[in-house]
Amino acid sequence: MVVRSWRHIKERYNLIGVRCKNCGTVYFPSREICPKCRRKTDFEDIKLSGRGKVYTYSVVHVAPKDFEKQAPYVIAIIELEEGVKITGQVVDCKPDEVYIGMPVEVVFRRIKEDGDDGVITYGYKFRPVEN
Amino acid sequence: MRDVAIIGYGQTKFGELWERSFRSLIVEAGVKAVEAAGIDGKDIDEMYVGNMSAGLFVGQEHIASLIAEHAGLNPIPSTRVEAACASGSLALRQAVLNVASGASDVVLVGGVEKMTDVVDATSAISSASDQEWEALFGATFPSLYAMMAQRYMYEYGLTLEELSMWSVIMHENASKNRYAQFPFKITLDQVLNSSPVAEPLRLLHCSPVSDGAAALIVCDAEKAKEFVNEDEIIYIRASVQASDTIALHSRESITQLKGARVASEKAYKMANISPDKIDVAEVHDCFAINGLILMEELGFCKKGEAGKIVYNKEIAIDCDKYPAINPSGGLKAAGHALGATGIRQVGEVYWQLKQDKEVKDRQVEIKNGYGITVNVGGTGGTVCVHILSNKK
Ligand SMILES: [Zn+2]
Repeated sequence: MVVRSWRHIKERYNLIGVRCKNCGTVYFPSREICPKCRRKTDFEDIKLSGRGKVYTYSVVHVAPKDFEKQAPYVIAIIELEEGVKITGQVVDCKPDEVYIGMPVEVVFRRIKEDGDDGVITYGYKFRPVEN
Repeated sequence: MRDVAIIGYGQTKFGELWERSFRSLIVEAGVKAVEAAGIDGKDIDEMYVGNMSAGLFVGQEHIASLIAEHAGLNPIPSTRVEAACASGSLALRQAVLNVASGASDVVLVGGVEKMTDVVDATSAISSASDQEWEALFGATFPSLYAMMAQRYMYEYGLTLEELSMWSVIMHENASKNRYAQFPFKITLDQVLNSSPVAEPLRLLHCSPVSDGAAALIVCDAEKAKEFVNEDEIIYIRASVQASDTIALHSRESITQLKGARVASEKAYKMANISPDKIDVAEVHDCFAINGLILMEELGFCKKGEAGKIVYNKEIAIDCDKYPAINPSGGLKAAGHALGATGIRQVGEVYWQLKQDKEVKDRQVEIKNGYGITVNVGGTGGTVCVHILSNKK
Protein backbone atom coordinates (compact mmCIF):
# COMPACT_ATOMS: atom_id res chain seq x y z
CA MET A 1 0.00 0.00 0.00
CA VAL A 2 1.26 3.43 -0.91
CA VAL A 3 0.36 5.03 2.42
CA ARG A 4 2.05 2.23 4.28
CA SER A 5 5.46 2.97 2.74
CA TRP A 6 5.00 6.77 2.66
CA ARG A 7 4.37 6.73 6.42
CA HIS A 8 7.93 5.49 7.01
CA ILE A 9 9.83 7.86 4.69
CA LYS A 10 11.60 9.59 7.58
CA GLU A 11 13.03 6.29 8.75
CA ARG A 12 13.62 4.49 5.48
CA TYR A 13 15.10 7.42 3.52
CA ASN A 14 16.89 9.37 6.25
CA LEU A 15 17.63 6.71 8.86
CA ILE A 16 16.03 8.73 11.65
CA GLY A 17 15.36 6.86 14.87
CA VAL A 18 14.72 7.95 18.42
CA ARG A 19 16.90 8.32 21.50
CA CYS A 20 15.45 8.06 24.97
CA LYS A 21 16.71 11.08 26.92
CA ASN A 22 15.92 9.30 30.16
CA CYS A 23 18.21 6.28 29.65
CA GLY A 24 20.17 7.07 26.48
CA THR A 25 19.04 4.00 24.51
CA VAL A 26 18.67 4.45 20.75
CA TYR A 27 15.82 2.74 18.88
CA PHE A 28 15.34 2.18 15.20
CA PRO A 29 12.69 2.16 13.88
CA SER A 30 11.16 4.65 16.27
CA ARG A 31 8.58 3.43 18.70
CA GLU A 32 6.14 4.94 21.18
CA ILE A 33 7.55 3.68 24.47
CA CYS A 34 11.07 2.92 25.74
CA PRO A 35 10.74 -0.62 27.19
CA LYS A 36 13.37 0.26 29.81
CA CYS A 37 11.68 3.44 31.02
CA ARG A 38 8.02 2.88 30.09
CA ARG A 39 6.09 5.89 31.45
CA LYS A 40 9.29 7.90 31.98
CA THR A 41 10.04 7.64 28.24
CA ASP A 42 11.36 10.91 26.81
CA PHE A 43 12.19 10.52 23.12
CA GLU A 44 14.03 12.82 20.74
CA ASP A 45 14.72 12.18 17.05
CA ILE A 46 18.24 11.10 16.19
CA LYS A 47 19.80 10.81 12.75
CA LEU A 48 21.86 7.63 12.64
CA SER A 49 25.34 7.70 11.12
CA GLY A 50 24.67 4.70 8.88
CA ARG A 51 28.11 3.32 9.70
CA GLY A 52 28.46 -0.03 11.40
CA LYS A 53 29.52 -3.66 11.18
CA VAL A 54 27.94 -6.85 9.93
CA TYR A 55 26.55 -8.61 13.04
CA THR A 56 25.30 -11.63 11.09
CA TYR A 57 24.19 -12.42 7.53
CA SER A 58 22.72 -14.98 5.17
CA VAL A 59 22.96 -15.52 1.43
CA VAL A 60 19.36 -15.82 0.21
CA HIS A 61 18.89 -18.24 -2.69
CA VAL A 62 15.15 -18.90 -2.43
CA ALA A 63 13.71 -15.38 -2.68
CA PRO A 64 10.19 -13.96 -2.47
CA LYS A 65 8.62 -12.97 -5.81
CA ASP A 66 9.53 -9.28 -5.42
CA PHE A 67 13.20 -10.14 -4.86
CA GLU A 68 13.62 -13.03 -7.30
CA LYS A 69 15.67 -11.02 -9.81
CA GLN A 70 18.21 -10.09 -7.10
CA ALA A 71 18.91 -13.65 -5.87
CA PRO A 72 21.33 -14.76 -4.63
CA TYR A 73 21.63 -11.70 -2.39
CA VAL A 74 23.00 -11.00 1.09
CA ILE A 75 20.61 -10.10 3.90
CA ALA A 76 22.28 -9.00 7.12
CA ILE A 77 21.78 -7.53 10.55
CA ILE A 78 24.01 -4.48 10.87
CA GLU A 79 25.13 -3.19 14.26
CA LEU A 80 25.34 0.59 13.84
CA GLU A 81 27.82 2.81 15.70
CA GLU A 82 24.97 4.05 17.90
CA GLY A 83 24.51 0.49 19.20
CA VAL A 84 21.22 -0.21 17.46
CA LYS A 85 20.83 -3.18 15.08
CA ILE A 86 18.87 -3.12 11.80
CA THR A 87 18.13 -5.54 8.99
CA GLY A 88 19.12 -4.77 5.41
CA GLN A 89 20.92 -6.07 2.33
CA VAL A 90 24.68 -5.86 1.81
CA VAL A 91 25.42 -4.85 -1.81
CA ASP A 92 28.29 -3.78 -4.08
CA CYS A 93 30.31 -6.89 -3.26
CA LYS A 94 30.20 -10.63 -3.90
CA PRO A 95 28.20 -12.70 -1.39
CA ASP A 96 31.30 -14.69 -0.40
CA GLU A 97 33.19 -11.50 0.49
CA VAL A 98 30.83 -10.73 3.37
CA TYR A 99 31.93 -11.69 6.89
CA ILE A 100 30.85 -11.02 10.48
CA GLY A 101 32.54 -7.84 11.66
CA MET A 102 32.85 -6.36 8.14
CA PRO A 103 32.67 -2.52 8.24
CA VAL A 104 29.75 -1.17 6.18
CA GLU A 105 27.99 2.13 5.46
CA VAL A 106 24.47 2.94 4.40
CA VAL A 107 23.40 3.62 0.79
CA PHE A 108 19.95 4.45 -0.50
CA ARG A 109 18.65 2.16 -3.19
CA ARG A 110 15.61 0.66 -4.76
CA ILE A 111 14.57 -2.16 -2.40
CA LYS A 112 12.06 -4.02 -4.53
CA GLU A 113 11.65 -4.29 -8.28
CA ASP A 114 7.93 -4.15 -7.93
CA GLY A 115 5.65 -4.04 -4.89
CA ASP A 116 2.29 -5.77 -4.59
CA ASP A 117 0.60 -2.78 -6.19
CA GLY A 118 3.28 -1.74 -8.67
CA VAL A 119 4.87 0.83 -6.37
CA ILE A 120 8.66 0.83 -6.26
CA THR A 121 9.97 0.77 -2.70
CA TYR A 122 13.16 2.68 -1.87
CA GLY A 123 15.17 2.48 1.32
CA TYR A 124 18.50 1.68 2.91
CA LYS A 125 21.02 -1.00 2.03
CA PHE A 126 24.65 -1.33 3.13
CA ARG A 127 27.95 -1.56 1.26
CA PRO A 128 31.49 -2.36 2.35
CA VAL A 129 33.54 0.64 3.55
CA GLU A 130 36.71 1.14 1.49
CA ASN A 131 39.71 1.20 3.80
CA MET B 1 -6.56 -24.15 40.65
CA ARG B 2 -7.55 -27.72 39.75
CA ASP B 3 -5.16 -30.35 38.36
CA VAL B 4 -5.54 -30.85 34.62
CA ALA B 5 -5.09 -34.06 32.65
CA ILE B 6 -4.97 -35.27 29.06
CA ILE B 7 -7.22 -38.24 28.33
CA GLY B 8 -7.06 -38.55 24.56
CA TYR B 9 -5.13 -37.56 21.45
CA GLY B 10 -5.61 -37.91 17.72
CA GLN B 11 -3.94 -36.59 14.59
CA THR B 12 -4.05 -36.79 10.83
CA LYS B 13 -1.05 -37.60 8.68
CA PHE B 14 1.06 -34.51 8.04
CA GLY B 15 2.07 -33.79 4.46
CA GLU B 16 1.01 -32.39 1.13
CA LEU B 17 -2.50 -33.73 1.34
CA TRP B 18 -4.00 -32.48 -1.92
CA GLU B 19 -7.20 -34.47 -1.53
CA ARG B 20 -7.94 -33.16 1.96
CA SER B 21 -9.72 -29.93 2.93
CA PHE B 22 -9.16 -27.72 5.96
CA ARG B 23 -12.48 -28.85 7.42
CA SER B 24 -11.95 -32.57 6.93
CA LEU B 25 -8.48 -32.43 8.54
CA ILE B 26 -9.53 -30.89 11.83
CA VAL B 27 -12.67 -33.01 12.07
CA GLU B 28 -10.64 -36.21 11.56
CA ALA B 29 -8.22 -35.23 14.34
CA GLY B 30 -11.05 -34.20 16.67
CA VAL B 31 -13.01 -37.41 16.16
CA LYS B 32 -9.90 -39.53 16.78
CA ALA B 33 -9.17 -37.65 20.03
CA VAL B 34 -12.76 -38.05 21.24
CA GLU B 35 -12.68 -41.79 20.46
CA ALA B 36 -9.31 -42.24 22.17
CA ALA B 37 -10.65 -40.54 25.31
CA GLY B 38 -13.79 -42.65 25.29
CA ILE B 39 -15.97 -39.58 25.70
CA ASP B 40 -19.06 -38.47 23.87
CA GLY B 41 -19.63 -35.18 22.01
CA LYS B 42 -22.06 -34.10 24.71
CA ASP B 43 -19.32 -34.38 27.35
CA ILE B 44 -17.38 -31.52 25.74
CA ASP B 45 -17.94 -28.16 27.43
CA GLU B 46 -15.81 -25.89 25.26
CA MET B 47 -13.26 -25.91 22.46
CA TYR B 48 -10.14 -24.02 21.35
CA VAL B 49 -8.42 -24.13 17.97
CA GLY B 50 -4.85 -23.11 17.19
CA ASN B 51 -4.42 -21.82 13.65
CA MET B 52 -1.90 -19.41 12.21
CA SER B 53 -3.38 -18.16 9.02
CA ALA B 54 -6.49 -19.72 7.52
CA GLY B 55 -7.16 -16.22 6.17
CA LEU B 56 -4.01 -16.22 4.04
CA PHE B 57 -3.85 -19.96 3.29
CA VAL B 58 -7.49 -20.78 2.50
CA GLY B 59 -9.21 -17.36 2.56
CA GLN B 60 -11.32 -18.28 5.58
CA GLU B 61 -11.47 -16.48 8.92
CA HIS B 62 -13.99 -17.15 11.72
CA ILE B 63 -12.86 -20.77 11.72
CA ALA B 64 -13.70 -21.50 15.37
CA SER B 65 -17.40 -21.41 14.58
CA LEU B 66 -16.92 -23.30 11.32
CA ILE B 67 -15.07 -26.12 13.06
CA ALA B 68 -17.57 -26.37 15.92
CA GLU B 69 -20.33 -26.73 13.34
CA HIS B 70 -18.54 -29.36 11.27
CA ALA B 71 -17.57 -31.31 14.38
CA GLY B 72 -21.23 -31.32 15.42
CA LEU B 73 -20.44 -29.38 18.58
CA ASN B 74 -22.71 -26.31 18.27
CA PRO B 75 -23.62 -24.48 20.47
CA ILE B 76 -20.58 -24.82 22.80
CA PRO B 77 -18.14 -21.89 22.96
CA SER B 78 -15.39 -22.20 20.37
CA THR B 79 -12.35 -19.91 20.24
CA ARG B 80 -9.47 -19.55 17.78
CA VAL B 81 -6.01 -18.71 19.13
CA GLU B 82 -3.23 -17.26 16.96
CA ALA B 83 0.49 -16.77 17.59
CA ALA B 84 2.06 -17.83 14.27
CA CYS B 85 3.70 -21.28 14.58
CA ALA B 86 3.00 -21.33 18.35
CA SER B 87 -0.79 -21.11 17.88
CA GLY B 88 -1.38 -24.76 18.84
CA SER B 89 0.27 -24.74 22.23
CA LEU B 90 -1.29 -21.37 23.05
CA ALA B 91 -4.70 -22.88 22.36
CA LEU B 92 -3.77 -25.72 24.71
CA ARG B 93 -2.74 -23.24 27.38
CA GLN B 94 -6.13 -21.55 27.14
CA ALA B 95 -7.81 -24.93 27.55
CA VAL B 96 -5.64 -25.75 30.57
CA LEU B 97 -6.45 -22.43 32.25
CA ASN B 98 -10.12 -22.94 31.47
CA VAL B 99 -10.25 -26.38 33.11
CA ALA B 100 -7.95 -25.42 35.99
CA SER B 101 -10.23 -22.49 36.85
CA GLY B 102 -13.26 -24.74 37.04
CA ALA B 103 -15.06 -23.04 34.17
CA SER B 104 -15.16 -26.31 32.19
CA ASP B 105 -14.55 -29.98 32.94
CA VAL B 106 -13.81 -31.29 29.46
CA VAL B 107 -12.28 -29.20 26.66
CA LEU B 108 -11.41 -30.19 23.10
CA VAL B 109 -8.32 -28.41 21.84
CA GLY B 110 -7.26 -28.71 18.24
CA GLY B 111 -4.67 -27.28 15.88
CA VAL B 112 -4.90 -27.18 12.11
CA GLU B 113 -3.22 -25.72 9.06
CA LYS B 114 -3.96 -26.22 5.37
CA MET B 115 -0.90 -24.76 3.64
CA THR B 116 -0.87 -26.34 0.20
CA ASP B 117 -3.96 -24.64 -1.25
CA VAL B 118 -1.88 -21.54 -2.05
CA VAL B 119 0.86 -21.34 -4.69
CA ASP B 120 3.14 -19.15 -2.58
CA ALA B 121 3.06 -20.36 1.01
CA THR B 122 6.31 -18.52 1.77
CA SER B 123 4.80 -15.03 1.80
CA ALA B 124 2.12 -16.17 4.26
CA ILE B 125 4.80 -17.78 6.44
CA SER B 126 6.84 -14.57 6.38
CA SER B 127 3.97 -12.76 8.11
CA ALA B 128 5.26 -14.44 11.28
CA SER B 129 8.22 -12.04 11.11
CA ASP B 130 8.23 -8.23 11.16
CA GLN B 131 6.74 -7.29 7.79
CA GLU B 132 7.79 -3.63 7.91
CA TRP B 133 11.38 -3.95 9.12
CA GLU B 134 12.51 -7.46 8.17
CA ALA B 135 10.51 -8.89 5.27
CA LEU B 136 10.28 -5.59 3.35
CA PHE B 137 14.07 -5.45 3.08
CA GLY B 138 14.32 -8.96 1.67
CA ALA B 139 14.65 -11.06 4.83
CA THR B 140 12.86 -14.35 4.19
CA PHE B 141 11.69 -16.48 7.10
CA PRO B 142 14.44 -19.11 6.55
CA SER B 143 17.06 -16.32 6.26
CA LEU B 144 16.22 -15.09 9.77
CA TYR B 145 17.01 -18.53 11.20
CA ALA B 146 20.03 -18.69 8.86
CA MET B 147 21.32 -15.48 10.44
CA MET B 148 20.89 -17.08 13.87
CA ALA B 149 22.85 -20.11 12.61
CA GLN B 150 25.61 -17.94 11.09
CA ARG B 151 26.08 -16.01 14.33
CA TYR B 152 25.92 -19.22 16.39
CA MET B 153 28.68 -20.75 14.24
CA TYR B 154 30.77 -17.59 14.74
CA GLU B 155 30.30 -17.49 18.51
CA TYR B 156 30.55 -21.21 19.32
CA GLY B 157 32.41 -22.81 16.41
CA LEU B 158 29.47 -25.00 15.39
CA THR B 159 30.21 -26.86 12.13
CA LEU B 160 27.82 -27.50 9.26
CA GLU B 161 28.31 -31.26 9.80
CA GLU B 162 27.19 -31.01 13.43
CA LEU B 163 24.17 -28.95 12.45
CA SER B 164 23.30 -31.35 9.62
CA MET B 165 23.30 -34.39 11.88
CA TRP B 166 20.12 -32.97 13.45
CA SER B 167 18.22 -33.66 10.24
CA VAL B 168 19.66 -37.17 9.93
CA ILE B 169 18.40 -38.05 13.44
CA MET B 170 14.99 -36.51 12.77
CA HIS B 171 14.48 -38.57 9.62
CA GLU B 172 15.62 -41.73 11.43
CA ASN B 173 12.94 -41.12 14.07
CA ALA B 174 10.27 -40.22 11.52
CA SER B 175 10.87 -43.51 9.72
CA LYS B 176 9.05 -45.10 12.69
CA ASN B 177 6.10 -42.69 12.58
CA ARG B 178 3.24 -43.51 10.22
CA TYR B 179 1.85 -39.96 10.50
CA ALA B 180 5.15 -38.33 9.50
CA GLN B 181 5.51 -36.36 6.30
CA PHE B 182 8.96 -37.87 5.58
CA PRO B 183 9.01 -41.40 7.05
CA PHE B 184 12.40 -42.29 5.57
CA LYS B 185 16.09 -42.02 6.43
CA ILE B 186 18.61 -39.63 4.88
CA THR B 187 22.41 -39.43 5.02
CA LEU B 188 24.67 -36.67 6.24
CA ASP B 189 25.94 -36.20 2.67
CA GLN B 190 22.41 -35.70 1.39
CA VAL B 191 21.88 -32.92 3.94
CA LEU B 192 25.21 -31.24 3.16
CA ASN B 193 24.58 -31.43 -0.60
CA SER B 194 20.93 -30.36 -0.62
CA SER B 195 20.20 -27.09 -2.39
CA PRO B 196 20.95 -23.84 -0.53
CA VAL B 197 17.85 -21.98 0.73
CA ALA B 198 19.40 -19.24 2.84
CA GLU B 199 23.04 -19.96 3.58
CA PRO B 200 24.26 -21.52 5.75
CA LEU B 201 20.90 -23.33 5.76
CA ARG B 202 20.10 -25.85 3.04
CA LEU B 203 16.83 -27.48 2.08
CA LEU B 204 17.30 -30.45 4.41
CA HIS B 205 17.86 -28.15 7.40
CA CYS B 206 14.33 -26.77 6.92
CA SER B 207 10.94 -28.10 7.97
CA PRO B 208 8.49 -28.53 5.08
CA VAL B 209 5.20 -26.92 4.12
CA SER B 210 2.54 -29.23 5.54
CA ASP B 211 -1.15 -29.84 5.84
CA GLY B 212 -2.30 -31.48 9.04
CA ALA B 213 -4.35 -31.38 12.19
CA ALA B 214 -4.06 -32.66 15.75
CA ALA B 215 -6.41 -32.65 18.74
CA LEU B 216 -6.29 -33.33 22.48
CA ILE B 217 -8.97 -33.88 25.10
CA VAL B 218 -8.13 -31.92 28.24
CA CYS B 219 -10.03 -32.79 31.40
CA ASP B 220 -10.23 -32.05 35.10
CA ALA B 221 -7.91 -34.61 36.75
CA GLU B 222 -10.62 -35.93 39.08
CA LYS B 223 -13.24 -36.20 36.37
CA ALA B 224 -10.70 -37.96 34.10
CA LYS B 225 -11.16 -41.17 36.12
CA GLU B 226 -14.74 -41.41 34.83
CA PHE B 227 -13.44 -41.81 31.28
CA VAL B 228 -10.09 -43.63 31.34
CA ASN B 229 -8.09 -45.98 33.60
CA GLU B 230 -6.13 -44.12 36.22
CA ASP B 231 -2.77 -45.41 34.90
CA GLU B 232 -3.56 -43.97 31.46
CA ILE B 233 -4.06 -40.43 32.72
CA ILE B 234 -1.26 -38.03 31.85
CA TYR B 235 -1.09 -34.81 33.85
CA ILE B 236 -0.20 -31.35 32.61
CA ARG B 237 2.20 -30.18 35.28
CA ALA B 238 3.10 -26.85 33.71
CA SER B 239 1.74 -24.66 30.94
CA VAL B 240 3.82 -21.51 30.49
CA GLN B 241 4.06 -18.83 27.84
CA ALA B 242 6.56 -16.01 27.23
CA SER B 243 7.09 -13.24 24.68
CA ASP B 244 10.08 -11.53 23.10
CA THR B 245 10.61 -8.95 20.33
CA ILE B 246 9.09 -9.95 17.00
CA ALA B 247 12.11 -8.69 15.03
CA LEU B 248 15.35 -10.60 15.45
CA HIS B 249 17.50 -7.45 15.21
CA SER B 250 15.88 -5.97 18.34
CA ARG B 251 17.35 -8.69 20.59
CA GLU B 252 20.54 -8.40 22.55
CA SER B 253 21.56 -11.92 21.49
CA ILE B 254 20.29 -14.02 18.59
CA THR B 255 22.09 -17.22 19.59
CA GLN B 256 19.62 -17.77 22.38
CA LEU B 257 15.84 -17.72 22.67
CA LYS B 258 15.17 -15.80 25.83
CA GLY B 259 11.46 -16.61 25.72
CA ALA B 260 12.25 -20.32 25.82
CA ARG B 261 14.64 -19.89 28.73
CA VAL B 262 12.16 -17.80 30.75
CA ALA B 263 9.22 -20.12 30.03
CA SER B 264 11.08 -23.38 30.71
CA GLU B 265 12.65 -22.15 33.95
CA LYS B 266 9.19 -21.20 35.18
CA ALA B 267 7.76 -24.51 33.97
CA TYR B 268 10.40 -26.58 35.79
CA LYS B 269 9.60 -24.63 38.95
CA MET B 270 5.86 -25.26 38.54
CA ALA B 271 6.43 -28.98 37.97
CA ASN B 272 8.97 -28.99 40.81
CA ILE B 273 11.63 -30.80 38.79
CA SER B 274 15.04 -30.11 37.25
CA PRO B 275 15.84 -30.63 33.53
CA ASP B 276 17.65 -33.92 34.24
CA LYS B 277 14.30 -35.52 35.16
CA ILE B 278 13.02 -35.18 31.58
CA ASP B 279 12.81 -38.50 29.69
CA VAL B 280 11.49 -37.13 26.42
CA ALA B 281 11.26 -33.74 24.74
CA GLU B 282 9.59 -32.41 21.62
CA VAL B 283 11.28 -29.18 20.53
CA HIS B 284 10.43 -26.72 17.76
CA ASP B 285 12.99 -27.46 15.03
CA CYS B 286 11.44 -25.42 12.22
CA PHE B 287 15.11 -25.09 11.21
CA ALA B 288 17.87 -27.35 12.54
CA ILE B 289 19.60 -24.51 14.38
CA ASN B 290 16.53 -23.96 16.53
CA GLY B 291 16.66 -27.56 17.72
CA LEU B 292 20.20 -26.99 19.00
CA ILE B 293 19.41 -23.63 20.61
CA LEU B 294 16.34 -25.08 22.35
CA MET B 295 18.35 -27.98 23.82
CA GLU B 296 20.44 -25.32 25.53
CA GLU B 297 17.52 -23.12 26.57
CA LEU B 298 15.72 -26.11 28.12
CA GLY B 299 18.79 -26.74 30.27
CA PHE B 300 19.83 -30.10 28.76
CA CYS B 301 23.36 -28.80 28.14
CA LYS B 302 25.45 -25.64 28.34
CA LYS B 303 25.50 -22.87 25.74
CA GLY B 304 27.48 -23.95 22.69
CA GLU B 305 27.52 -27.67 23.56
CA ALA B 306 24.50 -28.86 21.59
CA GLY B 307 26.36 -29.35 18.30
CA LYS B 308 28.73 -32.02 19.66
CA ILE B 309 25.91 -33.85 21.45
CA VAL B 310 23.83 -33.92 18.28
CA TYR B 311 26.78 -35.01 16.15
CA ASN B 312 27.32 -37.97 18.52
CA LYS B 313 23.59 -38.78 18.25
CA GLU B 314 23.23 -38.61 22.02
CA ILE B 315 19.64 -37.37 21.67
CA ALA B 316 18.45 -40.46 19.79
CA ILE B 317 15.48 -42.53 21.00
CA ASP B 318 17.69 -45.14 22.72
CA CYS B 319 20.13 -42.63 24.21
CA ASP B 320 20.95 -42.57 27.88
CA LYS B 321 22.78 -39.44 28.93
CA TYR B 322 20.35 -36.88 27.51
CA PRO B 323 16.59 -36.92 27.02
CA ALA B 324 15.37 -38.43 23.75
CA ILE B 325 14.56 -35.44 21.58
CA ASN B 326 11.80 -35.45 18.95
CA PRO B 327 11.08 -39.19 18.76
CA SER B 328 8.30 -38.21 16.34
CA GLY B 329 10.82 -36.86 13.84
CA GLY B 330 10.20 -33.25 14.87
CA LEU B 331 9.01 -30.47 12.64
CA LYS B 332 11.83 -31.37 10.25
CA ALA B 333 10.62 -34.85 9.35
CA ALA B 334 7.20 -35.36 10.98
CA GLY B 335 6.08 -32.14 9.26
CA HIS B 336 5.15 -28.63 10.33
CA ALA B 337 1.48 -27.82 9.84
CA LEU B 338 1.95 -24.50 11.70
CA GLY B 339 -1.15 -24.27 13.93
CA ALA B 340 -1.23 -28.04 14.47
CA THR B 341 2.42 -28.37 15.51
CA GLY B 342 2.12 -27.36 19.18
CA ILE B 343 -0.69 -29.88 19.68
CA ARG B 344 1.20 -32.61 17.81
CA GLN B 345 4.27 -32.12 20.01
CA VAL B 346 2.20 -32.51 23.19
CA GLY B 347 0.38 -35.46 21.63
CA GLU B 348 3.69 -37.24 21.01
CA VAL B 349 4.88 -36.71 24.59
CA TYR B 350 1.45 -37.86 25.85
CA TRP B 351 1.73 -41.08 23.84
CA GLN B 352 5.33 -41.61 24.97
CA LEU B 353 4.54 -41.16 28.68
CA LYS B 354 1.52 -43.47 28.60
CA GLN B 355 3.53 -45.88 26.42
CA ASP B 356 0.77 -46.00 23.84
CA LYS B 357 0.84 -48.67 21.13
CA GLU B 358 1.01 -45.86 18.57
CA VAL B 359 4.65 -45.26 19.52
CA LYS B 360 5.74 -48.86 20.17
CA ASP B 361 8.36 -48.69 17.39
CA ARG B 362 9.85 -45.51 18.79
CA GLN B 363 9.15 -45.86 22.52
CA VAL B 364 11.52 -43.89 24.72
CA GLU B 365 12.45 -45.49 28.03
CA ILE B 366 10.31 -43.77 30.68
CA LYS B 367 12.48 -43.56 33.79
CA ASN B 368 11.33 -40.48 35.68
CA GLY B 369 7.96 -40.02 34.02
CA TYR B 370 8.40 -36.49 32.72
CA GLY B 371 8.26 -34.98 29.24
CA ILE B 372 8.52 -31.42 27.94
CA THR B 373 7.46 -29.58 24.79
CA VAL B 374 8.53 -26.21 23.46
CA ASN B 375 6.65 -24.52 20.64
CA VAL B 376 7.97 -21.30 19.07
CA GLY B 377 6.13 -18.57 17.19
CA GLY B 378 8.05 -16.72 14.47
CA THR B 379 11.72 -16.41 15.42
CA GLY B 380 10.92 -16.57 19.14
CA GLY B 381 8.48 -13.69 19.64
CA THR B 382 6.16 -16.20 21.31
CA VAL B 383 7.25 -19.34 23.15
CA CYS B 384 5.06 -21.86 24.95
CA VAL B 385 6.31 -24.70 27.15
CA HIS B 386 4.37 -27.66 28.56
CA ILE B 387 5.57 -30.25 31.07
CA LEU B 388 3.63 -33.50 31.18
CA SER B 389 3.94 -36.34 33.66
CA ASN B 390 2.48 -39.75 34.45
CA LYS B 391 2.48 -38.58 38.08
CA LYS B 392 -0.04 -36.16 39.54
ZN1 LIG C 1 14.62 4.86 28.19
